[in-house]
Amino acid sequence: MAKLVYDDTGRLLFTKEMKAEYTLLMPQMLPVHFGMMKKLLECEGYKVDMLTTNHRGIVDEGLKYVHNDTCYPALLVIGQLIDAVKHGGYAPHKVGLLITQTGGGCRASNYIHLLRKALEKADMAYIPVVSVNLSGLEKNPGFSLTLPFIRKAVYAMMYGDIIVNVANQVRPYEVEAGASDVMIDRWSQRLVDGFQAGKGMSRKQMRANFNAICSDFAAIPMAGEPKIRVGVVGEIYVKFAPLGNNNLEKFLLSEGVEPVVPGLTDFIIFKIYNRVADVELYGGHWIKKFGCKVFMKYIEACQRDMIAALGHSGRFRAPGTFQDLHRMVQGYLGDGNKMGEGWLLTAEMLELIHSGTNNIVCTQPFGCLPNHIVGKGMIRKLKDDYPYSNIVAIDYDPGATRINQENRIKLMLANAKGLTHQEGARPTADAQPEPEPRLAHANV
Amino acid sequence: MSLRVGIDIGSTTVKVVVLDEQNKLLFRSYERHFSKTRERALETLASIRDMLSGQDIKATITGSAGLGVATAAGIDFVQEVYATAAAVNTYIPDTDAVIELGGEDAKIIFFGGALEERMNGSCAGGTGAFIDQMATLMNVSVKELDELSLKHVKIYPIASRCGVFAKSDIQPILNQGGRKEDVAASIFQAVVDQTVAGLTQGRELKGKIVFLGGPLHFLMGLRQRFVETLKLDGNHAVFPQDGDCFAAMGAALCATDYSPAPFETLMKKLEDSAAATTVVDTMPPLFTSEEEYDVFSARHNASRPPEADIGTYTGPAYLGLDAGSTTTKMVLIAPDGGLLYTYYHSNLGNPVAIVLEQLKEIYKLCGDRIVIKGAAVTGYGEDLIKNAFSCDLGLVETMAHYKAAAHFEPSVDFIIDIGGQDMKCFKIRNGAVDSIMLNEACSSGCGSFIETFARALGYEIADFAKLGLFTQKPVNLGSRCTVFMNSSVKQAQKDGASVEDISAGLSISIVKNAIYKVIRAASADDLGRHIVVQGGTFHNDAVLRAFEQEIGREVTRPVIAGMMGAFGAALAARDLGLEQSALLSREALEHFTHTAKPATCGLCTNHCSLTVNSFDGGRRFVSGNRCSRPLGEEPHRQPDLMRYKYTALRALQGKGQGNGSRGKIGIPFGLNMYENLPFWFELFTRLNFEVVLSPESSRKLYLKGQRTIPSDTVCYPAKLLHGHVEALVEAGVDAIWYPCMSYNNDEGIGDNHYNCPVVAYYPELLSANVPALKQTRFLDPYVGLWRHKDFEKRFAAMMLEQFSIPKKETKAAAEEAYRAYEAYVHDVQETGRQYIEKARAEGRSIIVACGRPYHIDPEINHGINDLITSFGLVLVTEDALSYLEGYAPRKVLNQWTFQSRMYNAARYVCTQPDMQVVQLVSFGCGTDAITTDEMRAILEEGGKLYTQLKIDDISNLGAVKIRIRSLIAAIEARKKS
Repeated sequence: MAKLVYDDTGRLLFTKEMKAEYTLLMPQMLPVHFGMMKKLLECEGYKVDMLTTNHRGIVDEGLKYVHNDTCYPALLVIGQLIDAVKHGGYAPHKVGLLITQTGGGCRASNYIHLLRKALEKADMAYIPVVSVNLSGLEKNPGFSLTLPFIRKAVYAMMYGDIIVNVANQVRPYEVEAGASDVMIDRWSQRLVDGFQAGKGMSRKQMRANFNAICSDFAAIPMAGEPKIRVGVVGEIYVKFAPLGNNNLEKFLLSEGVEPVVPGLTDFIIFKIYNRVADVELYGGHWIKKFGCKVFMKYIEACQRDMIAALGHSGRFRAPGTFQDLHRMVQGYLGDGNKMGEGWLLTAEMLELIHSGTNNIVCTQPFGCLPNHIVGKGMIRKLKDDYPYSNIVAIDYDPGATRINQENRIKLMLANAKGLTHQEGARPTADAQPEPEPRLAHANV
Repeated sequence: MSLRVGIDIGSTTVKVVVLDEQNKLLFRSYERHFSKTRERALETLASIRDMLSGQDIKATITGSAGLGVATAAGIDFVQEVYATAAAVNTYIPDTDAVIELGGEDAKIIFFGGALEERMNGSCAGGTGAFIDQMATLMNVSVKELDELSLKHVKIYPIASRCGVFAKSDIQPILNQGGRKEDVAASIFQAVVDQTVAGLTQGRELKGKIVFLGGPLHFLMGLRQRFVETLKLDGNHAVFPQDGDCFAAMGAALCATDYSPAPFETLMKKLEDSAAATTVVDTMPPLFTSEEEYDVFSARHNASRPPEADIGTYTGPAYLGLDAGSTTTKMVLIAPDGGLLYTYYHSNLGNPVAIVLEQLKEIYKLCGDRIVIKGAAVTGYGEDLIKNAFSCDLGLVETMAHYKAAAHFEPSVDFIIDIGGQDMKCFKIRNGAVDSIMLNEACSSGCGSFIETFARALGYEIADFAKLGLFTQKPVNLGSRCTVFMNSSVKQAQKDGASVEDISAGLSISIVKNAIYKVIRAASADDLGRHIVVQGGTFHNDAVLRAFEQEIGREVTRPVIAGMMGAFGAALAARDLGLEQSALLSREALEHFTHTAKPATCGLCTNHCSLTVNSFDGGRRFVSGNRCSRPLGEEPHRQPDLMRYKYTALRALQGKGQGNGSRGKIGIPFGLNMYENLPFWFELFTRLNFEVVLSPESSRKLYLKGQRTIPSDTVCYPAKLLHGHVEALVEAGVDAIWYPCMSYNNDEGIGDNHYNCPVVAYYPELLSANVPALKQTRFLDPYVGLWRHKDFEKRFAAMMLEQFSIPKKETKAAAEEAYRAYEAYVHDVQETGRQYIEKARAEGRSIIVACGRPYHIDPEINHGINDLITSFGLVLVTEDALSYLEGYAPRKVLNQWTFQSRMYNAARYVCTQPDMQVVQLVSFGCGTDAITTDEMRAILEEGGKLYTQLKIDDISNLGAVKIRIRSLIAAIEARKKS
């Protein structure tokens, strides 16, 4: 059994010995992205399990070990990890936990600390918690993110975004159910294999891959009329994780609409941009700003490649660039609004509206602090500026039942259908005053 | 064209309508379904078989509980708000807005322009279920509640966000003698406020408004409150004849678009869907056999007081009263604790009458053999009963419960008491009450909770509880508040859970709620080794069993579990060792009279709702006051740094050192301004602006801005800002200054120096949601104060651009502002030091209030500072001490400026024997989910008590009082040992 080693602040370290013996458990947020990430970690010699459990016991463990007023994602992620250790068939002395660590004024920055507190409460303080971050916080001798790995991870994220984007545009129309999921698996494996062989990680190769992905997905047989599109924005975990949002995407699909889920790339650029904005707003080292700008520019260039590939495909809608989003949000929120999803959340809603997806589900954990401002707080103004925007804010927490959430989403969908019955009621980028929409069934 | 059928299956009722070709109503029904949704719909349809049989009809289902039925039966579903809108469009076409209240939903639909619909979010009271709950609480039917409300003369402020809150507002009013009529109307007013505040979200309710749904259809008092609040006349308030069935009518209208099918097919679809039950999440059974249950019962029934008989006993006796929130308990004991007389009854809103009647009875039974040598009272109604009947002692509930528990288990170290409406848990350490945990805010789950469900399902509580004892598969309902639980129960029923499974599930849920939400324990050892459980709810064997199962340990439940407060009070009366009790004599009771009148104190901004109780012989007792001023006495105050800071900050308005020539700049007096105001005041007055502060916070100011609050679950301090900025616009200022601040000052004691997201960005929310701000210049730029030079540079550029002020002038003013802020900080620290010295000179205990700077706002803390100092304690705040400790790593990320101060203050308190911390927590404060556990850890490691006071927009200080008094009792006990 590996020896337990602590650093001078008393934090349990993940040692090299552990790397050989332990299985690292990681939560899942975006199935496709994290799936590739898992494969990449395995290639680095770690034993990794991505948790895909989804049952009531997870919430119960969370409620037991995490302060019940803490945000829902913390409760779920921690509950899922503890549930896995207790009931997942692992040897408790042979597992470590992986959790991402961000910084920032949101209480989400506290997840890793809350996880350690929870482990202590559960008498499992011997389990090492490994922080995954890009800020050099909390180092561990047995776990390091090497530059080549980070590079692969960044590419995996880009690829994940384009795959999810095209799959979302195909899935509602696929003739053979599950065809797009098969294609996702095929591409995830192919990309990771490529990474290991050093392929797919230059702009040129990426462009080629982007095009190939688009054409492969475009080749999946599809049928049917265009469906109503529904955008999904929100706090990052409940927006993406099926465990967090009660399988929202699946529900939307079953309701016969096409979900549109803005990707992760903008969020990453946003987080880097925040450092630039901090220096611009409050002063600070130009060198920090410069470094961040270089990194940001690189990812933005990749994002433009992705958008171009989608555009060239002739089949897929392309999202706006980060700069497009930033432009749209002017007049709504300032550049300094950076905690949680910050101004990006509002910008995503604007981008959706501008690209003709005016039906939006805005997801948030109950009592989410930033979303009071950037989610629910901006809906009024969006409604004033875009009268045909159709936004519903849905709270997720251990007490909220699916039936209530689905009923509210159904109301939004009924409105969406009512709006589409009206010719020309679809707002465009430059929404002109339009005839007042009426309810589809009203016999006026 | 065929007939159209609309079926609306709501949370509590089923509505069925039939429309003809002209949209005329041929049939309508409105019936409670007691969770048998599908069956009820079928029955109703069967009753109109004659009308529809053999025809092709079009039918759709709508309603919050209708979705499941529709899906299972394969019948088309229409969302209910959408259906309602369709009906209104058809029948009342020139409507501007619809307000619809249902069993558990509240909705507003705005017409005119684009259609806008709102539904209550997941945290919402203020609906039919809430009214039902309140009626149960007041022990009247909903109909009686309605009739009572029409005779009101006064409206009390009652929180309507959730039943739990409202209860804690209503109980004290009732217990202190408030009129039922007024309370009834206040309940309806709370529903109105909740609907208007929670759902309008910035859009004004005006024009022709149609009111729909069961409660608004049946309750005249509720209608009256809406009409008065919205200032509507007869032409603009429409209560349609079939307002309770509009959603069903809408569903029928929507059915137009669907294809017809024979009536028999519809019936068959509904009938066949019955078998479609799914497996629900279940838990292990409570008992596996009768034998197991018998052993369990025998063990618990052994904890009983000695036998005694009032008919034969001769000697002294002691009376204990527990004037609880819903029930009144009385016991008369012999010196050895033997029970001579017990009484347990709902207080029916008037504990005085009940006690009077019982006292007479007790005197009669005592005859000349038994002499009452002491009487003590505890509970919510303590003050009232003590004054009414001249009891010898009033004691805080925690002490009473401890005394009683120790009688049965002398080494008790943990007590949990679950009553009808409240839950109290506390540890006993060194013979004193420690670490009190009360249910409050969002965590409900007490006795009345099961009772409400029992009644909703058509059972008496005792029968209902027994149902669950032997079920093999209790349904897992989780632990959550009542409003949510309704939906969970609904879902479980839909999934095929039996009443037995649900009964057991509810009992287990109560226990889980107590352990994980209220106590926040992860294991039995977090509680204690010798646990005594009490309170009426533990008479329920299912709850008791679930508790033992959940913590994996046997506990003590005395057979008088429901009487422990009164029993403890009697023991306390005994321990007074009096020769003669001051209790009103048998003769005095003969001419006892009592009347209660409501009044509002106008002597300060607290505007306490007073109840003036008059007794015979001119005796008077005023309740509801926070200080002694309404009693005609000038309050004698101990040093109070919260009050000091508040006065100092309020003084920061006007022209200061400048001449005010550049105009008036408004500053909203809220959130971080309570910290940063000294800086901005100096800065703007030096630049020759006149600083106009928004008025002092008040309920009225809150209501002024209430309709523009977009997120109902944000904290009260933030919600108040809406009123503040509106008031500034009305004051006609030239500009409003309210900058966004991601970061606050860096005091070097944390890992970072953020503001919380709400404090940081609320200005942007106001800008987007408060229409009045368009009339003024609202300046909400991002600023960072901690980098002085950078701030000066950037701010100077901003002032040049906005007001053409030369940069040099601004920079000089900024330097002065930094000095002024430092002077303020120093002054707070120095004053705090003096207060502490004074306290030490007089031998007084010192309370350190740890919260945010804005917690000194009397509208936010509701006079907690006055309450604390009224007990002779000296009060200082966290920022007067935090500088005395340096940086130390914490187990959480210590990244918020204000929160870091609390950790440091707590660390300092641990080094001072005469100081204790009281942490102030705003409901909805996300950061406190993290700080409370950490504060508790710091203090308990340092051997200190942890006391947390939750504060919200409700001003009931009952729970606060219990905590403070228990804290004082613990301090005293520690001094002695």
